[in-house]
Amino acid sequence: MALKNRINYVFITLLAIFSFSTVMANTPEAGHEEGKKEEKFNVGEMIMHHIKDAHEWHLWGGHHNSTSIYLPVILIDGGLKTFSSSNFYHGTPASSIDHKTHKSVDYMVGVGPAADYAMFHEKIYKLEGGELQFEDGHPHNVKPLDFSVTKNVLSLVFGALLILIVMSSVARFYKKNGAVAPRGLAKFIEPLILMVRDDVAKSNIDKHKYHKYVPYLLTIFFFIFFNNLLGLVPIIPGGANLTGNITVTFFLAVCTLLVTVFSGNKNYWGHIFATPGVPLALLPIMIPIEVVGILTKPFALMVRLFANITAGHIIVLALISIIFLNKSAAWGALSVPMALFISVLELLVAFLQAYLFAMLSALFIGAAVEEAHH
Amino acid sequence: MDLILPDFGLLFWTGLVFIILMFILTKFIWKPILSSVNARSEKIAEALEMAEKTKAEMKSLQAANENLLKEARAERDAIVKDAKETATKMVEDAKTAAKVESEKVVSAARQTIASEKAAAIAELKTQVASFSIEIAEKIVRTELSSDAKQKALAEKMAGDINLN
Repeated sequence: MALKNRINYVFITLLAIFSFSTVMANTPEAGHEEGKKEEKFNVGEMIMHHIKDAHEWHLWGGHHNSTSIYLPVILIDGGLKTFSSSNFYHGTPASSIDHKTHKSVDYMVGVGPAADYAMFHEKIYKLEGGELQFEDGHPHNVKPLDFSVTKNVLSLVFGALLILIVMSSVARFYKKNGAVAPRGLAKFIEPLILMVRDDVAKSNIDKHKYHKYVPYLLTIFFFIFFNNLLGLVPIIPGGANLTGNITVTFFLAVCTLLVTVFSGNKNYWGHIFATPGVPLALLPIMIPIEVVGILTKPFALMVRLFANITAGHIIVLALISIIFLNKSAAWGALSVPMALFISVLELLVAFLQAYLFAMLSALFIGAAVEEAHH
Repeated sequence: MDLILPDFGLLFWTGLVFIILMFILTKFIWKPILSSVNARSEKIAEALEMAEKTKAEMKSLQAANENLLKEARAERDAIVKDAKETATKMVEDAKTAAKVESEKVVSAARQTIASEKAAAIAELKTQVASFSIEIAEKIVRTELSSDAKQKALAEKMAGDINLN
């Protein structure tokens, strides 16, 4: 009991410190501003900067003395071009006049191998006449195909490796010990596996067909769960807003959509294109509704995961920002407990969203493979 | 706005990593884990079934034991009852035998007493007779001590004969 309390204490302390340091790390403007002028700390910009993808992994420090890991940029633009993103972050600052609003917009022009490109809001554009052409705040330059290993990509790979390490250790346990009661890591992971198999797959999908979908549901559950948790860890290699990135949730939702569509049997399509009991005259209305229905289900999955995880990150960062808005560490007495509370809540959300995604995927698949029962 | 727009590069990497991850997990991780978990649950189910069977067997065995015990008890009761009956009978027999014997003894004693009595009576009678004769002799002698008395007696006797 005493040990448990101590662990809790250490955990809470670390969480508090880390929450603090993340914000420090994600506040590139802070040092910069102090050095220049008494400009207001822009909470919105800081938060948006954090929840979006980046070509660097910012560790600590202000704008000019910051420590970051510069990730490789991989472009396909008349051949493969790879160089470090430091060519942008330590590039030449430039500014253009917006063609519509006539305001000056700042961006970074690359140096060295990145000389033909410029970065604006973490997006890479090809220079046109040596500068970016802005219209209403958005550059209209050509965007080369960007396969860069960004912060999210690195986090994704790390998450995948973590899953593989954890799961292979669990698999080894069974291989070594045979059919025995789980111990160690297996004791923690097995209930989750069984939960996905029994409560998610078996209870939603026909009991003769569910076996086929268990690996997919397990993978999607653990992928989301592990990456959600990694997103809550404020230091490298955690802290990237991976599962709160629309691209990632979009991909996962598309996976569920494809599995559902390709599993759909005669009964499923029959209900969509010739809903039983609906008069023929209504079918021209019903069919588009049903087809839209196929798409809205995964769309809801995509938005739900994206919004929940991003919102969690935003709330924690906003609460921590109280300190920096008031420029007094004393505000930490208010903001740290609140941020801690939300962080703990986010642990629950991390699990819940992974469970929900797998659950709803199973529900959709279950509906697609259901046999007619009349 | 780009917060809610998918990014092609990230989509590519997500797809690649996810598909590789799913392939490896399905082939090398989920299958062995699920199969051992299934094997274990089968083992447990088997063990449970076995336990249930054993329990039923135990129950029937217990019932048989109970029956055996019951039979044994009944037998014992019967034996005890028999023994008791025999004992009672023996006692009864002994009693009757003793009674008969005692009666015999008593009747024998009675007979002896009776015969003794009869003998005594007979003895007494003879004694009495002899005494009577002696007495009668003495009386007769005194009666017939004188001539006159002899004559008077003779006369009286003669008178009695006459009267008859």
